[in-house]
Amino acid sequence: MANENSTNETHHLRNITVIWLILSVIVDLLFWFLVGPHVPPGTMTSSAKGNQFDFTFLCLMALPVLIGVWVYMGYAIRIWSAKRPGAEEPMTGPNARTNKTAQVSWIVITSVAVLFLAGFGTVELVISQGSGGGEGPNPIWTPPGATKAEAAALTPKASWSANSNQVLTVQVIAQQWKFTYRYPQFGGFETTQLVLPANTNIAFNVTSLDVIHSFWAYQLDVKADANPQQNDVAFTQTKQLGSFTVRCSELCGIWHGTMFNSGKVVSEAAFMSWAQSTEQANAQNTADLPPFAWTYVPDANGAAGGYYTDGNVTPYSTVEIYGSKQSAP
Amino acid sequence: MTISAEPTTEVVTSAVVPPSSPVKTPWSQRSGWLSQHLGTAIVGAVLGYVFGHWLGNYVASGYTYIANSGQNSIADALALIFMTFGWLLGIGALNYPLAKIVGRSAPEEVIAKGWTKYVRYSTDHKVVGMQYIVGVLLFLFTGGLLAMAIRTELLNPTTHVFSADTYIKIVSEHGTIMMMMATSIIVGPLGNYLVPLMIGARRMAFPRIEAFSFWVFIAGYMVIFSALPYGGFPTGWTGYAPLQTQAGPGMVSYLLGFAVIGLGMMAAGFNIAVTIINYRAPGMTWSRVPIFVWSLLATAALLTLATPVLFAGGLFGLLDKTAQTAFYVTEHGGSSFLWENLFWFFGHPEVYIMALPGFGIVGELIPVFCRKPLFAYKVAAAGMIGVALLSFFVWQHHLFQSGINPDMRPLFMLTTELISIPTGFIFLVGMGTLYRAKIRFEVPMLFCMAVFFNFLIGGITGVFLSDVPVNVTVHGGFFVLSHFHYTIMGGLLFAFMGGLYYWLPKMTGRMMNKKLGLVHFWTMLVFFNLTFFPMFIIGLLGQPRRVFTYAKNLQGLNDFSSVSAFLLGASFLVFLVNFMWSMYINPVMAPANPWDSLGLEWQTATPVPSYNFERIPVIMTDPYHYGEVGAPALADFGDGPPAPLGSSSTTGSDPA
Repeated sequence: MANENSTNETHHLRNITVIWLILSVIVDLLFWFLVGPHVPPGTMTSSAKGNQFDFTFLCLMALPVLIGVWVYMGYAIRIWSAKRPGAEEPMTGPNARTNKTAQVSWIVITSVAVLFLAGFGTVELVISQGSGGGEGPNPIWTPPGATKAEAAALTPKASWSANSNQVLTVQVIAQQWKFTYRYPQFGGFETTQLVLPANTNIAFNVTSLDVIHSFWAYQLDVKADANPQQNDVAFTQTKQLGSFTVRCSELCGIWHGTMFNSGKVVSEAAFMSWAQSTEQANAQNTADLPPFAWTYVPDANGAAGGYYTDGNVTPYSTVEIYGSKQSAP
Repeated sequence: MTISAEPTTEVVTSAVVPPSSPVKTPWSQRSGWLSQHLGTAIVGAVLGYVFGHWLGNYVASGYTYIANSGQNSIADALALIFMTFGWLLGIGALNYPLAKIVGRSAPEEVIAKGWTKYVRYSTDHKVVGMQYIVGVLLFLFTGGLLAMAIRTELLNPTTHVFSADTYIKIVSEHGTIMMMMATSIIVGPLGNYLVPLMIGARRMAFPRIEAFSFWVFIAGYMVIFSALPYGGFPTGWTGYAPLQTQAGPGMVSYLLGFAVIGLGMMAAGFNIAVTIINYRAPGMTWSRVPIFVWSLLATAALLTLATPVLFAGGLFGLLDKTAQTAFYVTEHGGSSFLWENLFWFFGHPEVYIMALPGFGIVGELIPVFCRKPLFAYKVAAAGMIGVALLSFFVWQHHLFQSGINPDMRPLFMLTTELISIPTGFIFLVGMGTLYRAKIRFEVPMLFCMAVFFNFLIGGITGVFLSDVPVNVTVHGGFFVLSHFHYTIMGGLLFAFMGGLYYWLPKMTGRMMNKKLGLVHFWTMLVFFNLTFFPMFIIGLLGQPRRVFTYAKNLQGLNDFSSVSAFLLGASFLVFLVNFMWSMYINPVMAPANPWDSLGLEWQTATPVPSYNFERIPVIMTDPYHYGEVGAPALADFGDGPPAPLGSSSTTGSDPA
């Protein structure tokens, strides 16, 4: 009886393992070669490329788990159904209630897998300088030269030149319901076009004038919440030329769905000439803007809807309200 | 070990007071219309609303929300608060505490006869369970209709059915109502009905608090529904400030709605936890407690400990909107991050409030249909407690891209991935129980298998989301939307349906129709997956959540998802038809134990007498001795020799 049981056991477990192994290898290979290279959001930047690799890697680990459970379930449905002609009586005895080997190996395997994934994720996060995610006002994983460039961006002498390996500081200002961009290294001009040089480390400084938004440059794989009165910094390195989409990915009110625009990555020389010509063309407009800063006081009576129900503007703001100096169009 | 003598001797007073008691019945306890019931509750709610609105306008007449509009947040808030009080007063929930406060002896609640007990303040846990079924279905179908509206709008990226304004309010209302429903969908109906029956108790520890939790749950429905006539709220169910501060009066309904629902959640959790700990029958040691009861104990702990944070957070927001405090207003010294932290500090345990009861149902049902003992019982119980504990340490994974302190990210990535270890135990338990079983694929079993299928996808995609680098790609998009629908709908709702098909014969004495049940199951499973699986791809291709317009190239996938969603909606109509047909139109009497379960709840009479057990059973062993020859009987009912196992288990132990 005992012998028969153990043969049965080996027989079932062997069947399941063989099916699982074959299917897992096939599916993983298919995924790696057919799907892997096309996993969104592509390879336009270092963060996109890194996160694409991470996603693919997780898929390669997850697919065998999915297949394992599905094969097991399918096997159970097929073989251990009461309707099957000649269905065996269910297993009984202490082994039906507990099985030390099965339990311990399950716990050990899942724990090792999970700890490995946490370690893997942490390493990938650190070596990719935050993976394109918003690190708040005091980023801790930064590309070389970023801290210096960020500090310099607040001074009037900030500058950037092509092929200098400098970090380009871009400010993303979100408000209901649009994004605008300021370039502190080019006099702090503001524009609705996001143009970036290729092969350059970019520091996105994301802030909001009203509610919480989220700056999601899809193909660049950069995502950082835009919080009022907070600077949220995210880094990436541009790799390829092309255009990309920017969307708001944090619900910000009625027209959240329409809060998108597009940008492009161009060669360093093309970027330089665009930035210089825009700086000149926008000079008058820039003079009307508040001096470049990491955050701006929200318009207490405008876009944010007013925090005082009587309609009065915040009376004690010492900082001028963003855009208040600009004359009406 | 944990034998408690007290409940064995105690009998609910109300249960033994005959209707013709010589004690003078107060008017509120009389049968008939001249007493307290749903009608007086509605009257109380209306009067409370009118009074509160008047009071608000009186004390804060200058505070119009929009100049000259007559809309006043203080009036709106007070109206809803007094409406809730009026509702509770009208139904009789406050009779006892008010009488005690003024030092009078409070009347005992009489359990009414006939169907009218279902529209009264009933302290019978079985009545409350049935009331909750109607209550959660009300939430579910309201939220479901809103979901249909969302999918209708997303049929086309450029042609719009709703305005952007209406759309965002539909999305917000859908999310909030569904989340509120999900907190109670298993704990409320099945938890309240079954816990005393499964642990061998005659009642809940706090029957009045139990009844209160139900009636305040319905008050919560009225409050959150009032957001629509108030003009809706634009924040989604997450209610982030400062959008919350900026929003119109519908936001008051959201903030107060969560506070009111929170009251019910705390009450329900407290009652269930105390009942399970103290009211177990003699011999019901911790290693004999049914696994469903374990899951409810873990859930109850979360309800009791996590909900106060939501309650306080909601009231802070309400004060910001009415009394002009600045908890969440950055300019005045508050912080929008405070809301994010408070909300998710509650919000992540909340996710497990929605998952654990589903695991419990699956663990309870699978042995019955496998005819095998539950595999690794102790691991299952430990897993549930482990999930409950860990769930308090993961909330910042919702804020990975928020700009909150980045050095915490590796830690929260680690804790989040660690929680998949105890969550994975339920798969070990399920797969171990299936091993060399003799599986009967009845409708409840099919739902349990579907939970494994769906929750596996939901759980694995959760690991993707917890990986900070991958989170950059998938946060805030349709990927995460699909992930939590797979866990909450694919896990919890499927488990609830399985539980309903399984226990309704006990609760009502009527069988659900099997053919319709099969149609319901297969349509729900297939169209659920066809609706939500494409959303993973939609999310990866860059569609953010809560948008009414999207990239043109995503229309094909969105349309596929929408059409599937309509058919998924239709599968719920199949359920409704089955429910009405089997329960009311053409009821078929259920056998005493239609699934040959060994559970204690099946060993009392159907319909369950109001005192549940004639004598409190003495529990001899655990309820999972399926397929074991010569196994000991589950319990000694004190009425002769215990019934042999495996025979039709109700005979000989039936107290009726």
